[in-house]
Amino acid sequence: MAVESNVVDAAGPYDRAKALSAFKLGDLTFYWITRLSAISVLLILGGIIISLIVGAFPAMKEYGLSFLWTQRWAPSADPPVLGALGPMYGTLVTSFIAMLIAIPVGLGIAIFLTELCPQWLRRPIGMAVELLAGIPSIIYGMWGFFVLGPFLANTFQPFMIRIFDGVPVLGAIFAGPPSYLSLFNAALILAIMVLPFITSISVDVFKTVPPVLKEAAYGVGCTTWEVVRSVVIPYTRVGIIGGVMLALGRALGETMAVTFIIGNSFRISSSIFAPGTTISAAIASEFAESDGLHQSGLILLGLLLFVLTFFVLAAARLMLLRLEKKAGK
Amino acid sequence: MNPIYVRRRRTDIVIRGLCFGAAAFGVTWLALILVTLLYNGLTGLNLQIFTENTPPPGSTEGGLLNAIVGSLIMTVLGVGIGAPLGLFAGTYLAEYGRNDKLTSVIRFINDILLSAPSIIIGLFIYGAVVVPMRGFSAIAGALALAVIVIPVVLRTTEDMLLLVPNALREAASALGLPRSLVIKRIAYRAARSGLITGVLLATARVAGETAPLLFTALSNQFFSLSLNKTMANLPVTINNFVQSPYAYWKQLAWSGALLITITVLALNIGARILGAERTAK
Repeated sequence: MAVESNVVDAAGPYDRAKALSAFKLGDLTFYWITRLSAISVLLILGGIIISLIVGAFPAMKEYGLSFLWTQRWAPSADPPVLGALGPMYGTLVTSFIAMLIAIPVGLGIAIFLTELCPQWLRRPIGMAVELLAGIPSIIYGMWGFFVLGPFLANTFQPFMIRIFDGVPVLGAIFAGPPSYLSLFNAALILAIMVLPFITSISVDVFKTVPPVLKEAAYGVGCTTWEVVRSVVIPYTRVGIIGGVMLALGRALGETMAVTFIIGNSFRISSSIFAPGTTISAAIASEFAESDGLHQSGLILLGLLLFVLTFFVLAAARLMLLRLEKKAGK
Repeated sequence: MNPIYVRRRRTDIVIRGLCFGAAAFGVTWLALILVTLLYNGLTGLNLQIFTENTPPPGSTEGGLLNAIVGSLIMTVLGVGIGAPLGLFAGTYLAEYGRNDKLTSVIRFINDILLSAPSIIIGLFIYGAVVVPMRGFSAIAGALALAVIVIPVVLRTTEDMLLLVPNALREAASALGLPRSLVIKRIAYRAARSGLITGVLLATARVAGETAPLLFTALSNQFFSLSLNKTMANLPVTINNFVQSPYAYWKQLAWSGALLITITVLALNIGARILGAERTAK
């Protein structure tokens, strides 16, 4: 026994110092591994911006600002003529129509889920919405190409054309030969795709309303709609706008849901039933076979899209942050 | 009855009806998509799909073996590269830099990257990897996927670690455990199911990503395991087959789409079950 305790005494301090320094080294390594990983996020953003600017530089030098308002897209002409007006118009119009449909429907579903739905239905529908938000966009695109496109071209568009024939502005919007490939079809698919995003964010946001507020409103005799309109929506306005802008960011940059059914036409037509293109669809369908100035032009389109979505998403995040602060998180 | 009451009741009923209609409308569309997907996907689903490579144009024999294997390889590589980075970065945000200026900047940038258009990531990897390597390659595809994985994992890791009660960390520190071991032995273990949830969600997210692979990994008609050549993968194969004139290719596209959807849904449900377990505890 005595001998053993002597051994421990002799070995103790030495081992302790060694162990402590090993701990210190381990601590330091781990700290720097995590810190560098965190900084890599900033490097990725920097890398994206730099690689886009470098890739887009030849096109920027060649076309300058007129790239923004040239409609002609003729990559095989000599020298190639490239303009971003067509894809930018298509991106904005499809996203606008998609949001026009998806915002009221998405908010309606969110109100239904938080205020009207019987408790036993709430979980299954909520779960379904969440799962659908995770389905890859190419599935939506495929469905639009094989199912929705034919339906719209054969049934819906002739119907709309008949109704609005001769009506001044609307007549032009709906005019034209029915087609599988059109801005409207793409917008509809986008709407269906962003619907789950808007709903699930709105539901989350609606849940931040303190029950006391709602109970007080019901207590003084408000109807469900009055509670929603005068308590829930004002309380969560910033969050709803943030959620909508997040969905808008998705819609603007969405590629695969749109590429199949937009028709990839760079001409701007007054009819929303005419083929068009979006920035992402143009990149997706032309990039792999492009080179030289054409490729640089496509990267410049990508840079425009990135700047656009960056600002939309940044605004969305700032708004959601404001709501989080209000909710006391 | 007072006419004001009547009007208020009527408005309320109309709006309730509209909300109900919206829910029915949304659920119908989405059910429609799933039903057509199931119907068209199941008719073509057979053993051939898992044992044979993608057919040449016009042929009616063949499956999706090379595409399935390629997708698996690139997804595993992408998650393998991206998940640890995201995990460590999330650890820094939640454990070391809680009140740091750097943390709020990184969190903000990360949230933007989380929903940045995936085609932009494809362009980035094209410029950063494909051009210097002088060719499309599977490794470029995997890197593109990794860039998408990082923000997802980072976000969930940070959220989950912040849920671990501080008393646990304090107790461990009081026993003399160094900081890195407090994180590894205590915080990671307490948040384990949440961390796995994050990785599963990220896997689900990249399993169906198409846009970033279009011009990084491209696709390949043949079976290939080489990482510095183009590699077949399900999403791009579907993309090519949908737009083809051949009925058999379109059939294969539906089957591939069904496979992807089932995988993604299974991963999502798995993640949700794990997440529910954590909150139940």
